[in-house]
Amino acid sequence: MPVTTYVDAIREAMIEEMRRDPRVFLIGEDVGSYGGAFKTSAGMIDEFGPGRVIDTPISEVAIVGAASGAALMGMRPIAEMQFIDFITCAYDMLVNFTATSRYRVGSSCPIVVRGPAGGGTHGGPFHSLNPEAMFMNRPGIKIVAPGTAYDAKGLLKAAIRDDDPVLFIEHKFLYRRIKEDLPSEDYVVPIGKANVRRTGKDITIITWGAMIYVADDAAADLANDGVSAEVIDLRSIIPFDEEAILNSVAKTNRVIILHEAPLTGGAGAEFAARIAEKAFDYLDAPVKRVAALDVPTPYSPPLEAAALPDKARVLAAARELLRY
Amino acid sequence: MTELSLETHGLTRENLLAIDYFLRLTRTLEERLVALFRQAKVIGGLYRSLGQEGESVAAAYALDYKQGDVVQPLIRNMGSILVAGAKPSDIIKQYMAKADSPTRGRELNIHFGHPDRDGFIGQISMLGDMIPVMAGITLAGRMQKRNLVGMAFIGDGASSTGAFYEGMNFATVQRLPLVVILENNGYAYSTPTAKQSAVKTLADKAHAFGCASEVVDGNDVLATYAAAKRAVDRARAGEGVTLIEAKTFRIKGHAEHDNQAYVPSALIEEWSAKDPVVRFEKALVDAGLAATSDFDAIQARVRSEVDTATDEAERSPMPRPEEAALGLFAGDGYWGKG
Repeated sequence: MPVTTYVDAIREAMIEEMRRDPRVFLIGEDVGSYGGAFKTSAGMIDEFGPGRVIDTPISEVAIVGAASGAALMGMRPIAEMQFIDFITCAYDMLVNFTATSRYRVGSSCPIVVRGPAGGGTHGGPFHSLNPEAMFMNRPGIKIVAPGTAYDAKGLLKAAIRDDDPVLFIEHKFLYRRIKEDLPSEDYVVPIGKANVRRTGKDITIITWGAMIYVADDAAADLANDGVSAEVIDLRSIIPFDEEAILNSVAKTNRVIILHEAPLTGGAGAEFAARIAEKAFDYLDAPVKRVAALDVPTPYSPPLEAAALPDKARVLAAARELLRY
Repeated sequence: MTELSLETHGLTRENLLAIDYFLRLTRTLEERLVALFRQAKVIGGLYRSLGQEGESVAAAYALDYKQGDVVQPLIRNMGSILVAGAKPSDIIKQYMAKADSPTRGRELNIHFGHPDRDGFIGQISMLGDMIPVMAGITLAGRMQKRNLVGMAFIGDGASSTGAFYEGMNFATVQRLPLVVILENNGYAYSTPTAKQSAVKTLADKAHAFGCASEVVDGNDVLATYAAAKRAVDRARAGEGVTLIEAKTFRIKGHAEHDNQAYVPSALIEEWSAKDPVVRFEKALVDAGLAATSDFDAIQARVRSEVDTATDEAERSPMPRPEEAALGLFAGDGYWGKG
């Protein structure tokens, strides 16, 4: 099996889907002969031509709007945001037009909007966004956030084949740091299914995206202390795998929700509420959230590191829950 | 009264009478909606196109729906979707929020239609957003080698939005087969065009994109048709986007609740005298192409169709509350294969 980076897994998913289905095309800024700001679409224009790998003006509203119009006509567009932060420029189009299309008028609008998200790369306030929460309260768009190369490829294929709009959140810190052996045959990872990365019985860490590795490291440290931590990679935020969350909480009775976006109003608040509503009797301690500070992501490395969650904070939270 | 060009631009007598039918259908259907509104049977707002029916109908008549052409109205372009084939009963049901309306009670007024199935697509309320969407619809048509043309209506107010600029720019760069009818009806809600844009005439905005442009008297049905047809032909020939400014006037307020006290009455009188339907019919009579009896027959037909549509809509049930949770994603099958 060939070793594939996270970013190549995304490119392979796009290429294989474009070979499989002539309705699929890629549209975005610098995606053509330049191959994308992160080279995610490197070489694709050579195989598919400028008619299916479409360079656009700096114009996120046009990218998402044109992708949506094409989707209504039966195409399967992949719209790239050069950085996922710029999806805020197309927020109106996505939440008002695209996401509501089926519910309002019964029209399927199957676009994938994908792009590099997340911090840890010193990108500063406008190149570090984790956008999931700002879409969770606008029904009609599915949200996935893979943390592994395997999931990146399989979830992107699932997103392209899905009949509804999907926001595909790539973590750019992982692009070239994560390498995995991937199956050579076609596969999809179903949207809405979590992955239990590590089984445990004392405490559950629910997370996604690049934070799965922080959770792994924390779980390894806890194991050294004789604490058995379960790590759940949610993978899909909307719809999310409530059953996996509740089953784990029923088993461990203690839960940390770890995410890279700011704490207040973050996705973790929804999961915590769901646990409180449906698994309160199983809890031996309060639900604990570990998340970024409630600030824009700062640029300078010491500030950025202080703003984003890390292993030490997960461990402190775990020990607090275990002492409770 | 301004005289109308007698040049009929290749339209047959049958075509001309069909246009008259759509003009009268638009006006009569809106008058019926006003009556239903006053009976509290229209649930939401009601937005009239009185005095603007001419450009909605004439421009949309330049498309070829059998070819797959798509028209996208704004709120005052009901006439355009009637030309594309929308049923009056569906429009009344939409306004009355009925269960068997095209959107099953989820959406308002003429916010409905699927570009591929119906030949028209309703707007969303965020003005300007439909221009990028129409760019995508025409882009898909080109990818699918269907040689279809899109026509988007936009208003003087909506032409201030960023989405309008992004969509126009992208469509022009891509040389997409898109015709944009910028109807300048004098006011966006209460804001006059002079407070909306500083350009001399709104068609000048085409210079920002590099697309073709034209200004037309929107109350001259035949001139509007001719301008639209030229633009549609250019689009179909691969010559890209055209922005047509149709100069017209909103005779009624923004919606039924608005008495538009902010509009000088002299302006309303001036433009009422330029009524597009009256001018069109006079031109046909003057040219010996139609007689008053033709219009009477059309009006009788329109009246009967609107009566039938109203009866059907009034008989329709309201949606069942349980349906509110359904149809967000494909998975529950609420819309069928949609």
